[in-house]
Amino acid sequence: MSESKSEPLDLVRLLLDEKIHVKLRGARELSGKLQAYDSHCNLVLSDAVETIYDTNENNELISRNKTSEILFVRGDSVILVSSPSDE
Amino acid sequence: MSEVEQQQNQSQDQQKPIEISAPSKFIDEITRSKVIVKLYSGEEYHGLLDSIDGYMNITLEETKEFINNKLIKSYGDVFIRGNNVLYISNV
Repeated sequence: MSESKSEPLDLVRLLLDEKIHVKLRGARELSGKLQAYDSHCNLVLSDAVETIYDTNENNELISRNKTSEILFVRGDSVILVSSPSDE
Repeated sequence: MSEVEQQQNQSQDQQKPIEISAPSKFIDEITRSKVIVKLYSGEEYHGLLDSIDGYMNITLEETKEFINNKLIKSYGDVFIRGNNVLYISNV
C-alpha cells in the first residue's frame, strides 16, 4: 500500500472495448470484445466465439466453435484473460 | 526510557508485525521479478510478476504457458484469476 502500485484488475480495465481472449474451466476458450467486467471477473463479451476442446473416440484433440452476439460469463469459471494480439 | 524498556519495546515491535507480514513481504520482494505461477489444473505460467492483490489475482508480462514442461503458448500481458493459483515461486 505504501507505493501507488497498480492492481491486477487494472489490466482488465485497459482491455475494455478491446478484443480479448479468455481461458475458462472445462477446456473452453472465448474470444470477443470486452464490454464490461467487475471484481468477480464476471465478463460481458460481444461478438464472442467459444471454442470447446474435446477428444474423439481415437483420443485425438478436436475443437468446435459456437458464436454468440453477446455473452455474460460468470467470473468463477474464468482462469485467464489476455489480449489476443499478445499470442 | 531505560535500556531494558527500549529493548522490550523493540522486540515487541519486531516480533508481531514481521510474522504477520512475512508472506506479503515475500510478494513485495518478488514483484517485478521473474516468477512461476502454478495453477491447480497443472499449467505453469512463467513471466514477469507485474501486480498481485489480496485474492491472489495476478498479472504477468512476457508470459509463457507450460503444460507438462512443454511450451504451449506465449502471451504478452495476462491476468490470472486468484482462485486458480496453487503457488507462486521466484525463478
